[in-house]
Amino acid sequence: MKLVDPQQTLPASGARTRIRAARWEDTLFEWVTRGFAFLVLAVLAAILISLVWTGMPSIRAFGWSFLWSDDWDPVRDQYGALIPIYGTLVSSLVALAIALPISFGIAIFLTEMAPVWLKRPMGTAIELLAAIPSIIYGMWGLFSFAPAFSHTVQPFLIQTLGAIPLVGKLFQGPPLGIGLLTAGVILAIMVIPFISSVMRDVFELVPVVLKESAYGLGATTWEVVWKVVLPYTRAGVVGGVMLGLGRALGETMAVTFVIGNTQHLSPSLLAPGNSIASSLANEFAEAVGDLYTSALIELGLLLFVITTIVLAIAKLMLLRMGRSEGKRS
Amino acid sequence: MRNATPEAVRIYRRRQRRNRFHLAMSVFGMGFGLFWLTWILWSLLSNGFGALNLSLLTQPTPAPGAMGGLANAILGSVMMVGLGTLVGTPIGILAGTYLAEFGRRGWLAPTTRFVNDILLSAPSIVLGLFIYTVYVSRAHHFSGVAGALALALIVIPVVVRTTDDMLRLVPDGLREAAIALGAPRWKMVSLVAYRSARSGIATGVLLAVARISGETAPLLFTALNNQFTNWNINAPMANLPVVIFQFAMSPYDDWHKLAWGGAILITLSVLGINVLARIFFQQKHH
Amino acid sequence: MSHSTVANLSPIGADVRIAIRNLNFYYGRFHALKNVSMNIKSNKVTAFIGPSGCGKSTLLRTFNRLHELYPQNRITGQILLDGVNVLDKKEDPTLLRARVGMVFQKPTPFPMSIYENIAFGVRLYEKLSHAEMDDRVEWALTKAALWSEVKDKLKQSGYGLSGGQQQRLCIARCIAIRPEVILLDEPCSALDPISTAHIEELVHDLKSDYTVVMVTHNMQQAARVSDFTAYMYLGELIEFDETDRIFTKPNQKATEDYITGKFG
Repeated sequence: MKLVDPQQTLPASGARTRIRAARWEDTLFEWVTRGFAFLVLAVLAAILISLVWTGMPSIRAFGWSFLWSDDWDPVRDQYGALIPIYGTLVSSLVALAIALPISFGIAIFLTEMAPVWLKRPMGTAIELLAAIPSIIYGMWGLFSFAPAFSHTVQPFLIQTLGAIPLVGKLFQGPPLGIGLLTAGVILAIMVIPFISSVMRDVFELVPVVLKESAYGLGATTWEVVWKVVLPYTRAGVVGGVMLGLGRALGETMAVTFVIGNTQHLSPSLLAPGNSIASSLANEFAEAVGDLYTSALIELGLLLFVITTIVLAIAKLMLLRMGRSEGKRS
Repeated sequence: MRNATPEAVRIYRRRQRRNRFHLAMSVFGMGFGLFWLTWILWSLLSNGFGALNLSLLTQPTPAPGAMGGLANAILGSVMMVGLGTLVGTPIGILAGTYLAEFGRRGWLAPTTRFVNDILLSAPSIVLGLFIYTVYVSRAHHFSGVAGALALALIVIPVVVRTTDDMLRLVPDGLREAAIALGAPRWKMVSLVAYRSARSGIATGVLLAVARISGETAPLLFTALNNQFTNWNINAPMANLPVVIFQFAMSPYDDWHKLAWGGAILITLSVLGINVLARIFFQQKHH
Repeated sequence: MSHSTVANLSPIGADVRIAIRNLNFYYGRFHALKNVSMNIKSNKVTAFIGPSGCGKSTLLRTFNRLHELYPQNRITGQILLDGVNVLDKKEDPTLLRARVGMVFQKPTPFPMSIYENIAFGVRLYEKLSHAEMDDRVEWALTKAALWSEVKDKLKQSGYGLSGGQQQRLCIARCIAIRPEVILLDEPCSALDPISTAHIEELVHDLKSDYTVVMVTHNMQQAARVSDFTAYMYLGELIEFDETDRIFTKPNQKATEDYITGKFG
């Protein structure tokens, strides 16, 4: 075995070739990874372009009236998206109305109330709600939740809220179990883990000493949360809510099972309706004719644009939260 | 406040009441969340447990009224999830590497991060629609490949995000030490940075697998469905989520039973992978 | 009162505001305060000094029961505020904190306007009219020597102020509730020398109306502003006496070593 003398340096020419090769390899590596990063951007652009392109026949045929016409009739080849747009927005808003206070409660419980040994298992349980596939929510919603809902909560709502003038319009009709309200409740359960986990994360960014000084003035836990923690984390909380909204707007399977899938506009939340995503899920594979397909793709485009805007706002708010946090500490 | 006046006591009592009320509501919120989780898991077990048997794994999907299982759907799901992960993971890792290792200056990295986070929560049905317009409608047939591509589009942002996060956790000192030894940058990344971020990235991939295992919407008009056992990935392919959807929406009781059996299989594997990912990640990081 | 042992502790006279008796404190298993007893006099400034980790902040935080925020903390002994044991479970920590205010190391303005920062605490205990609240805010800010600097921007966020101004805002917020005792936990450690001088002057003025207890890591500061000084080491109260005496003729060798910089 030949020993290398540690004093001896590398032959100059060999080192130079090696360094040159290394530099070339580095450049290649950087450009390859950059290419893939660019690919991610390109995917977003490609989705937009391809949907606009294939949706063009419908965009040309119906123009802006696509957005507010409630006439969706494949037989006459007439398409207006009002009913699915309405259903998507209403079911998502119902979901937020339920999920927002509940998520806030969960975040308070996990950050300010739960003893240390309970935090982890409780937090994990809530996160598991996010891991359950949406088709399971759909099946459970159709076979377990909707029947129970139609026997208990819905008759109660019809008798109480349904009797109130004006607001009552939202809670009239037969208790079918399925419908916009049911979809909204199930969406609420699905977005709770997302909203509560963002709230929890941003609540934990509040400096301990800030909370201590509020407690030091004699504030109660609720006063600390409501008057100090919440104002401090406002941007992040709004971001979390928008993230939940983005999820709810685009959710497909759970909604498809329980929304009723009828192209019918009703003022009542108990009535069956439709959403953009469930229209696509139900009709796309069987759509015949270019205009029909194109109208459905335009629906998809609409959904993508709305959710992208909502999610972009969510992301901006969360970034702002992160930045102001950095500035203050 | 030196002396507690009656007014101060009154204010104090009201504040305590308000505090107790809101804290009680928080506990209620927590209970509300746990209530749904319990109900869902319970109805899954009570409906699905009876449907679990060996023929579920060995027999293909039947016609209504006939005997059968979900073998072809399981096979199709495994093939598409596998292919989707194989396609999406390397793309995600390389893009994430750029963000963490080279993207400290310039516009590309922050923009990509922003767009990636949007894609992370984008409606999966739109991704299916996209694959339909660029692939299925040109190839003129539904196929397992198209389904796998749609799933890959879901995998990519998840893996980009975790790779980026995990690589950014690697201390710069480690990078500098490798560079100071004269290692070229790509060797530093592949031998040092990847190695110390390995378990985090693997966790991300596992979570991505869990997520796409349950995805239905992007497969509806890419892979479609197939009644028969099919090894050809270039043809329409059965898969668990779509079969569950179709069977659950049907009027036949025996199909409902199979759907519950499939639902329990999917949920157990998705939750199982999630738990596995958590344990795996914790072990490496504590 | 020249010795710190319990036996020699003078009885609780009318001039004693806080009397601490056999106080023991544990962070989980760690014994952080060991049998501390002392009398803190009304309308005087008392300083706690000692190397970091000696328990001086821990002791301060028991006076308004802030330690209770963390369930693993445990405490035995008594803290008598005007003769009543505040550690008694029957006593409400919220009302106690109205009587014992606290200012922290780092300035902690709340995420609201300067005006609201002051009004926040007041509203917890009193229902004032607009005019009364305006007066109270002005009074507290004047007392904290901040009024002239902020009177034109009361509606602006507290985060817009300089560090020293923020700290004085926190002092104003604390005295707006009109407490009996003010606890200062290293109030100048995050401030520049000029702001520090402002605060020290303020502390000096406050003692005519309040009993002030402050923790400091800066011995010169203790010598400048306090009437009494307690030297603590490893959770024990080593020596407690008039500041002049502690800094000129300490009884204990350990105190002298610390004061003269031989260690610490």
